[in-house]
Amino acid sequence: MSTALKDRSMLLQKEMIASHFARLERAPENKEPVVYTFVPGNLVELIRSFGALPVLPEINALQSGMRKQSGDYIAEAERVGHSEDVCAYVKSDIGMLRSGNIGPAGTKIPKPDLLLLSYTGCYTFMKWFELLREEYDCPAVFFHVPYQGDGVLEPEHREYMLRQLREQVIPALEKATGRAYDEEALRERLTLAAEAEDHLVAVLQSAKHRPSPIDGYFGTVYYVGPLFSAFRGTPEGVEYYRTLREEVEERLAAGLGPVTPEGQLNDQKYRLVVEGPPSWTHFREFWKMFADEGAVVVASTYTKVGGTYDFGFRHNPNDPLGTLADYCSGCYTNLNLPSRIDMLVRYIREYEADGFLINSVKSCNSFSAGQLMILREVEKRTGIPGAFVESDLVDPRYFSSANIKNRLESYFQMIQARRVGGLA
Amino acid sequence: MSKRAEIVEWARDLYEDLDFTSVRRWLDVHPGRKACGYLPVYAPREVIHAAGMLPVGIHGGGDRLEIIRGDAFYQSYICHLPRSVIELAQSGRLSMLSAVLFPSTCDVIRNLSGIWKLLYPDVYVRYIDVPQVPDPEAAADFWVGELRRLLGDLSAISGHHPSDDEIRSSIALYNDVRGVIRQLYALRQQRPWDVPTEELYLLMRAGEVIPPEEFIVRARAYLGAVEAEPKRPRDNSRVVVTGAFCEQPPLGLIKSIERAGCYVVDDDFLLGNRFVTGVVGLEGDPLRSLAESFLHNEQRTSVMYEGDASGKRQLMRRRVKDAGADGIIFAAPSFCDPALLDQPMLRAGAEQAGIPCIAFKYAENSGQFQQFREQAGTFSDSIKLWGGGTAA
Ligand code: SF4
Ligand code: SF4
Repeated sequence: MSTALKDRSMLLQKEMIASHFARLERAPENKEPVVYTFVPGNLVELIRSFGALPVLPEINALQSGMRKQSGDYIAEAERVGHSEDVCAYVKSDIGMLRSGNIGPAGTKIPKPDLLLLSYTGCYTFMKWFELLREEYDCPAVFFHVPYQGDGVLEPEHREYMLRQLREQVIPALEKATGRAYDEEALRERLTLAAEAEDHLVAVLQSAKHRPSPIDGYFGTVYYVGPLFSAFRGTPEGVEYYRTLREEVEERLAAGLGPVTPEGQLNDQKYRLVVEGPPSWTHFREFWKMFADEGAVVVASTYTKVGGTYDFGFRHNPNDPLGTLADYCSGCYTNLNLPSRIDMLVRYIREYEADGFLINSVKSCNSFSAGQLMILREVEKRTGIPGAFVESDLVDPRYFSSANIKNRLESYFQMIQARRVGGLA
Repeated sequence: MSKRAEIVEWARDLYEDLDFTSVRRWLDVHPGRKACGYLPVYAPREVIHAAGMLPVGIHGGGDRLEIIRGDAFYQSYICHLPRSVIELAQSGRLSMLSAVLFPSTCDVIRNLSGIWKLLYPDVYVRYIDVPQVPDPEAAADFWVGELRRLLGDLSAISGHHPSDDEIRSSIALYNDVRGVIRQLYALRQQRPWDVPTEELYLLMRAGEVIPPEEFIVRARAYLGAVEAEPKRPRDNSRVVVTGAFCEQPPLGLIKSIERAGCYVVDDDFLLGNRFVTGVVGLEGDPLRSLAESFLHNEQRTSVMYEGDASGKRQLMRRRVKDAGADGIIFAAPSFCDPALLDQPMLRAGAEQAGIPCIAFKYAENSGQFQQFREQAGTFSDSIKLWGGGTAA
């Protein structure tokens, strides 16, 4: 494998992000409309088909976490009356806004021309955009994605979403951008999206091999970044995923593992499945705790919040609005608990994992409420004991390194002991 | 015992009975009938009733339930309600429910519906996803579809498939229920000394576990008793309590607020019982009428999307003005997303209008009320000293 090739996808991603944020900063002077939306259920192809630029506040919040700025932003939000008890993403975002709204690339984030509230399995989304509407005094449109309470997308729910797209979302985008809906432009973007999605799935599924050429959690949160944010349905997005896939396939052919904070992890002692979001404030430290022990993550649910492509979904240019409804409905946050359990069990079996870990974050009821039940059920169905750690996404006060490290170490010892005892 | 005291004691017994004996008794004397539970906040009780089932509100275990099993299901940073609900269920206290509805209140209740499916596969579980969009037609069609499906499912369980007229009767009955609740609330607003919130609250709680027909009779009797036994007004301040629509505050907390010198003149305790503000029409397709009334509802609450950009800022001013209140107590359950995420917006609007506010958090099992009492007492005193909010 050539290092130049390995680095190329990372480089590409960096360039894409930098130029997107630079363009966002100039958006007001260039008269480019800006639409804010959330990762799960983001309608980025539709937004872009109107010539608008997407902003995803969760991505800004997680980046603030990684750059160790979220602690101050959260403090600022709490100072102006936001509760300690609620999602820290929201507070990080509000704090960033009140501190000058300088985003992850060091550039100014423009104010939204429209808040596209895609309500996809997280209650906080609703409040987050109500709060931003207060701050920005801008229009908002609500897109209600019915929750898959019974584990399936019901036809009348799909119809309801289609009607909202036609009768609410598209008119709101038309008004905000001054452009008419152009279905051809949308189709083109959906074609590009599907192509990138194919590449991503090949990357995700490469982890079925031994050694796995990717880390399906820590590494994959980078891999899903472009597709879960501003770059689905763009030529740059396709280029990124084609490059990434080539790199992963090269590693696979060479029998190499992913690059971790501890270097290349070829000797993979443990294969894990992970449920729950990462702790962005301590991302590398957390990853290192795994890499130090020779543990690779082969699959994770968090990397499906922006779409469950590995179960077959692709954006379909032949059914442009229907496919958007299907997409939103199938995002991980919109799935009920039994479906989440099925997914984890399937990952454990298909990826031949010998353990699973739940990182339960204080911020997020959408993920966390019910995770102890998930733990129990997955253990029951797979016969594999799981590990449970608690932290937070971007609130550094809730990451206790010593506790988590101890917990992980004893978990790996337990897996080892089971192997020796012939149980696994 | 006075008539009023008699009714209040009857309600208190129901409130304190964590075994839902009244529900079990109802099932005993109505062989073949079924009961359907619902969690906070809004569930269409008319539909449950029309299907011939007894609607039963599940509002947690308060401060009277020891949590033995529930904590194994929830991390410490999740509100208390779901753990006490699980405790009630795992201890067999909810075993008489053939169906349980989980309204779209928040992610905790949403995910609890999945837990229920896993723990109790024989119980009918439905997540009640109400329309959040303002567009009347798509939303109305969606909601009618949901109601129809719910009615079909519940009817299959109960074996009773109601005619349109029977559905209309259930709708009319709940119009009456809300009517009498509104009367009680209006009376408390006018003469809070005559309708102490502790009493009103107990009556509302009783209404969650008894048939609506019986509730109407008791509530009217209470209204009559109030007129027959007027009390003396005190020099209290008048407050709106908000944020307590899901996990309920312990009764001791409500009493503490009152004893600290605050008349509660508006609140959102057990909000689901009066969620729909209008009278549901009895003409045409009854489920469509029910759906339309939901969409034209004037209820503003944290659990629904606010379509009006200035809505959050205006809401507390309006409520204070309507209630003739002097100030607001934001009382939210710890870790409650809907209440706590809304609070900065609501409070900013109130404070801009010069309305005095205080805020505290509670859990349904909070045991120490001293601090609440002191806070509410100081608040009441300062209102008396400096004047309350006169929302324009
Ligand atoms: S509650 Fe969870 S899903 Fe919702 S915004 Fe926060 S982190 Fe994201
Ligand atoms: S108390 Fe709040 S967070 Fe808890 S279940 Fe109720 S609405 Fe949800």
